[in-house]
Amino acid sequence: MEWIQQLVNGISLGSIYALIALGYTMVYGIIKLINFAHGDVFMLGAFIGFFAIARWEMNVFLALILAMALCAIIGVIIERVAYKRLRNATRIAALITAIGVSLLIEYTVIFFRGASPAAYPTVFETSNFEILGVKISTQSILILSVSIFLMVLLQFIVHKTKIGKAMRAVSHDADAAKLMGINVDNTISATFAIGSALAGAAGVIFGIYYTRIDPLMGVLPGIKAFIAAVLGGIGIIPGAMVGGLVLGVVETIVSALGYSLWRDAAAFVILILILIIRPSGIFGKNAREKV
Amino acid sequence: MKKSKVFWSYLALALVIYAVVQFLISGNMVSYASQNMLITMCINIMLAVSLHVVIGITGQFSIGHAGFLAVGAYISAICTMKLGMPFVTAILIGAVVAALAGLLVGIPSLRLKGDYLAIATLGFAEIIRIVFLNIDYVGGAAGMQVTHQSTWTYAFFGVFITILVISNFTKSRHGRACIAVREDEIAADAMGINTTYYKVIAFAIGSFFAGVAGAIYAHNFYIIQPTAFGFLKSFDILIFVVLGGLGSLSGSVIAAIFLTAISTYLQGFPETRMIIYSLVLILVMLYRPKGLMGTKEITDLFKFGKKGGTRI
Repeated sequence: MEWIQQLVNGISLGSIYALIALGYTMVYGIIKLINFAHGDVFMLGAFIGFFAIARWEMNVFLALILAMALCAIIGVIIERVAYKRLRNATRIAALITAIGVSLLIEYTVIFFRGASPAAYPTVFETSNFEILGVKISTQSILILSVSIFLMVLLQFIVHKTKIGKAMRAVSHDADAAKLMGINVDNTISATFAIGSALAGAAGVIFGIYYTRIDPLMGVLPGIKAFIAAVLGGIGIIPGAMVGGLVLGVVETIVSALGYSLWRDAAAFVILILILIIRPSGIFGKNAREKV
Repeated sequence: MKKSKVFWSYLALALVIYAVVQFLISGNMVSYASQNMLITMCINIMLAVSLHVVIGITGQFSIGHAGFLAVGAYISAICTMKLGMPFVTAILIGAVVAALAGLLVGIPSLRLKGDYLAIATLGFAEIIRIVFLNIDYVGGAAGMQVTHQSTWTYAFFGVFITILVISNFTKSRHGRACIAVREDEIAADAMGINTTYYKVIAFAIGSFFAGVAGAIYAHNFYIIQPTAFGFLKSFDILIFVVLGGLGSLSGSVIAAIFLTAISTYLQGFPETRMIIYSLVLILVMLYRPKGLMGTKEITDLFKFGKKGGTRI
C-alpha cells in the first residue's frame, strides 16, 4: 500500500509538471523557442493566487481563474515585448533573451517584496479518506481534477476550435499558414496566453499543495517541466502530459527509496538519457536535418 | 609589422601590467577589497575566455560551464587540503580533471545541437553539482574549508596562459576548423573536417581552463559550497561571452572586466545588480544580437601594419 501511496503523490506532483510542460511544448512547437521565462510565469501565478486568497479573501476557484487570466496577459506582454522581434534572429539570441526575461521577472519580484518565502493560506480542511487502505487527501483530488479538467479543455481548444486549428497550422508551417490568411502574430500570442494561463493555474495548485512559495520557486519546476516536455517529445501536447506524469512519479519513487537529495539529479539523468537515446522523445518522430 | 613582433609587444604589455599592479600591491597601495576584486576579475576573464572557445569559436551552445568550474574548485581543494599538495600542482590536477570531465560530458552531448545541447549541458552541470552536494568527504551542503592561497601572481598568470593558449589555438589550423564548424557544420563536414572531434576538443580546452579558474576561485574565498556553482553561475559566465560578442576574445575579456567591476560596486544591492544584468542582456539581444564587439577583436581597431597599405 506504501507504493500506491507514493504513486498518488507522484501523480499529483507530475500533474503540476505536466501543466507547466504544456506551455513549454506549445511555445516550442510554434516558434521553436525554449521559453525559460515560463517557470517564472508559474511563480507569478502562485503569487497572484496567494494575494487573491490571503489578501482579497477570494474563493479558491475565483483565485485560480484570476491567476490564469493575469498570467495569460503577462505571457502575451512577454511575447510582444521581448520575443516578437527575435522571430528571425538566431536561436542563441532568442534563448539568451529568454534567460534574460526569466532573471528580470525573478529579481523584479525579489526587489519589490524580498526573497523571503510566503506561507500559502489553507483553503481546505485537509481531510484524508481511505480507499483500499490508501490515504488520499482532498488536495490531491483537487489537483488531479483541476489538471485533468484543464488538459481536456486544452485538447478541446486545440482540436475543435478555430484558434486551435490556426495554432496547429502555424506550428506546421508558419509561412504557408500566413498565405492561407491566418494571422500568425495573433496565433502566436494566443499560444503564449494559453500556455501562460496553464502555468498560472499550476502555480496556484502548487501553492495549495506545498503551502510554501518564494520568488525563485519557478526555476527548478520550470526546468523539470521542460525535461518533461522533452521526455514526451517536444511540440507534442499529449507527450507533455505523459512526460510530466512520468517525471513526477520517478522523482517521488527516488525520494521514497531514501535518496531524496538525489531527486533533482534523477530528473537530469532522465533528460540526458532521453536526449542521447531518443532526442525526439517518447511520442516524437525523427526528423532529418535538411541542407 | 611581423606577427612575432606584435606577439612580443603584447607580451611586454602584459608583463608591464603585471609588474605595475604587483608593485602597487607589495607597496600596500591597493586595499584588500580592490585586491580581491582584481583576483575575481582574473577568474571571470578565465571563465569568459574558456567559454568563448566553446560558444564563440566552435558555436556550441553550452550553459553548464559552472559544472567544470566546480570540478576544478573541488579537485584542487581536495589536493591542497586533504592531500597536502602544493598549490601549483593542485591547479594543474584540478584543470586536468575538469578537462576529463569535459570529455566525459562532451562526447555524448555534443552529438546534440542548439537548444538540446544547451539543456543537456545544463543538466550535466546540475548533476555535477548534486554529486558534490552528496559527497560527505568534501563537506556536502555545508561546504569545504579552503585556505587562502590565491594571489595576484597566480591569478594573472592564469589569465595570461589562458589567453595565450586560446588565441593561438584560434589562429591555428585546429582553430580555423572550429570556426568552420561554427559557421556551417554540414559544409565543414563536407570539407573533410571531423566535426565531432573538433567540438569535443574545444569543449575539453574550455573545461580545462574553467578548471584552472575553479582552482584559483576555491583558494580565494576560504570556503566552497555547491550552491555557488548552480546554473546562475553558468548564466553569469554566459553573459560575459554574449555581451562581449560571440566570437570575440577581447570582447569577452572586456565584458568580464566591466561586469565584474559593476557587480563589485553593486555588491550591496544584489537584486538591482541582477535587474540591470537581465535588462542589459535583453536589450543587447534585441538591438545588437551579435554582442558589443561582434566577431571583431579589439586589435582590429588599431592595425599597426595596415597604415598606408604597406604590409611587410
